Amino acid sequence: MAKAGNDAAFVEFERVQKSYDGETLVVKDLNLSMPKGEFLTMLGPSGSGKTTCLMMLAGFETATHGAIRLNGKSINDIPPHKRGIGMVFQNYALFPHMSVAENLAFPLEVRNIGKSDREAKVKRALDMVQMGTFGSRRPAQLSGGQQQRVALARALVFEPELVLMDEPLGALDKQLREHMQFEITRLAHDLGITTVYVTHDQTEALTMSDRVAVFNDGVIQQLAPPDALYEAPVNSFVAQFIGENNKLPGKVEEIKDGRALVRLDSGELIDATPVNVDGVGSKTLVSIRPERVEFKPDLIPEGAHTIEAQVLESIYMGDSFRTRLRVAGSDNFIMKSRNASGQTRLSAGEKITIGWSPRDARALDPL
Amino acid sequence: MSDSHSIAPNTASAETAGPLKTADGKPLKVALARAQARSRRRAFLLVAPLLLFVVITFVVPIFQLLAQSVNDPSFSRAAPNMVEWFAQNPDAEPDEAAYAALVADLVEMKKNRTAADAGTRINYELSGSRSLFTSAARSADRMEAPFMEAMLDKDEKWGDPMLWQVMRGASTGFTINFYLAALDMTRDAEGNIIAAPEDRQIYVKLFIRTFVLSALIMLTTFILGFPVAHLLAVLPMRTSNLLMILVLLPFWTSLLVRTTAWIALLQREGVINSLLVSVGVIGEDGRLSMIYNQAGTVIAMTHILLPFMILPLYSVMRPIPPSYVRAARSLGATSFTAFWRVYFPQTVPGIAAGGLLVFILAVGYYITPALVGGASGQLISNLIAFHMNDSYNWSLASALAALLLFAVLVLYWLYDRMIGIDRMKLG
Repeated sequence: MAKAGNDAAFVEFERVQKSYDGETLVVKDLNLSMPKGEFLTMLGPSGSGKTTCLMMLAGFETATHGAIRLNGKSINDIPPHKRGIGMVFQNYALFPHMSVAENLAFPLEVRNIGKSDREAKVKRALDMVQMGTFGSRRPAQLSGGQQQRVALARALVFEPELVLMDEPLGALDKQLREHMQFEITRLAHDLGITTVYVTHDQTEALTMSDRVAVFNDGVIQQLAPPDALYEAPVNSFVAQFIGENNKLPGKVEEIKDGRALVRLDSGELIDATPVNVDGVGSKTLVSIRPERVEFKPDLIPEGAHTIEAQVLESIYMGDSFRTRLRVAGSDNFIMKSRNASGQTRLSAGEKITIGWSPRDARALDPL
Repeated sequence: MSDSHSIAPNTASAETAGPLKTADGKPLKVALARAQARSRRRAFLLVAPLLLFVVITFVVPIFQLLAQSVNDPSFSRAAPNMVEWFAQNPDAEPDEAAYAALVADLVEMKKNRTAADAGTRINYELSGSRSLFTSAARSADRMEAPFMEAMLDKDEKWGDPMLWQVMRGASTGFTINFYLAALDMTRDAEGNIIAAPEDRQIYVKLFIRTFVLSALIMLTTFILGFPVAHLLAVLPMRTSNLLMILVLLPFWTSLLVRTTAWIALLQREGVINSLLVSVGVIGEDGRLSMIYNQAGTVIAMTHILLPFMILPLYSVMRPIPPSYVRAARSLGATSFTAFWRVYFPQTVPGIAAGGLLVFILAVGYYITPALVGGASGQLISNLIAFHMNDSYNWSLASALAALLLFAVLVLYWLYDRMIGIDRMKLG
């Protein structure tokens, strides 16, 4: 679904900056372009500027500088009610004094759509989220998941081309959240709606999106499809923010054939792929995913550097073992091994040798 | 293990068979009541002082007031012979026996110094009667039969059928005549209920004025208070707490000082008039009279009651998240539609609470209209105070107060029917 090509951008942020107090920038020089039909997630810790971006797109905040374009037209000066953007809020924002059907009819009423037409559309939207029989209920009489569905239906009922979602699943329990993640992506793709989704939950971002924009400190750190984000983070922040990650600080000793030899601060020498380093002699942080760390000699590729480790703790996780190791002076090195048949179960105190494919160790900026 | 398993189905069947029992066979309800009795007793002891206080200072006086409004025994107690004659001769014209009873009572009244009280009671309904009683009582012990002639000789007003009708009414102690008076009605010589003379109809007009002005004050506090409450609700907590002090400041200032400040501002030579004259909006002889009339009452009372509107509104508005209005806007509503269809309906419980509070307070307000109301800005409470303090007609004051209480209760009931008292939110 990801449209890598640069076909006419549907949503476009061009050099957008936002400041609330005139002293600090919440959003710094944001450039972003989305093709029609894309599901894009803005992911980041709180205060990273992702919600501000969403609010600027919705029209509730004005950009201090730069242009936001929708379908080629600048919408900087268009008030929110004329933008025709559907929005799902964090707390659903269902009007408590109206029934479910009245909530859904509201956007149609303000658009002066006739009564019979209105009813048909409301019914269709409710059926779409499997809430067809709940039209006469009040929001307070619905469960969290049902309110979420109604909020979704209300954002879609007037057939907007762009839908914004601000952490819509934050209040749901895990199981419901996973179910709704699936429903939302299905609906968005079926209806061909362009979606901007804001969340701080990385699993949500990875499972739902065509592309994820990782925000930190008002800047998009990386904008990439989920797999690229996980497999190939471009800097330490992204590597740390997405998934679990082992960090080994060191200095680049040699770069050859797309491989870097890194001397760790503790003295050991390891292999890595240079991604975000200035060159030989520069400081770096090597990032390795726990599931890519191996301790069986036959799984470590030929010629790769290995490193000594001591098992501190082995936790049984069902499908996997999670082993905490002391590696290069750090007590927080995690190795995750699949609970395959015949897997060796390590015990605390054991001394092992670990290694990895240089492809999986990425030498990134030192933070 | 197997034992407990075999017991389980038995207890289950016992549950369905009859009332639940505790482990040793006592009914569960009895055991529960006993277990809770101690804490309930302690809770009651804690509230007992307040309960006692409320009963003594509130419930008892209200019942006394209600009793007073239908019962004034000052005549019937002082004139036992008359009471007996009226009881034995219903509908009869006063005869010699009646006058004999009257003279005997007057003699007693002189001895007990009750002539003035009894006369005052009759005077409530027939003015001029008080002096009739006091002067007759002075000479009663010198009178000789036939008493009818002697009394009429003394003053021919004693033959007035109206007087006898009033005395008959007062002879029972219990009467609805004070309520009639409070509703601008009276009785004619035959005891029929008729409208009071045109020039003495004041109470109904005053009731209407009280309710109209209270409604007006409620409306002005709403119009002024709503935007303020909204501002307080949307501002950051720190700023709004600061502004809240300004709202509450009137609470911490003496009522008298505030009211007097309005006099300084509004009077003919006051600040506002002088300002308007100096900038030339009005001429020297066009000074506005904004005080000692209804305008004064409305202005001063709006100011004094404003916090009672703002506080409930604020407490309702504060928890309304801004996302509702945002959602409405994103769904295509203009800011006015979003306000009117989404925000405003959610503030209704606060409006209802504030409105009811202000209205009920305004209906019973006394001091402000007394100070700045002049003649046209007086409310019913001022008249109640007049009857309490000046004319000593406590029964009429009680009747007026009881009617006011009744009207407020009716409004409260109507309010509950229309809006629902459970939707009210005082904060």
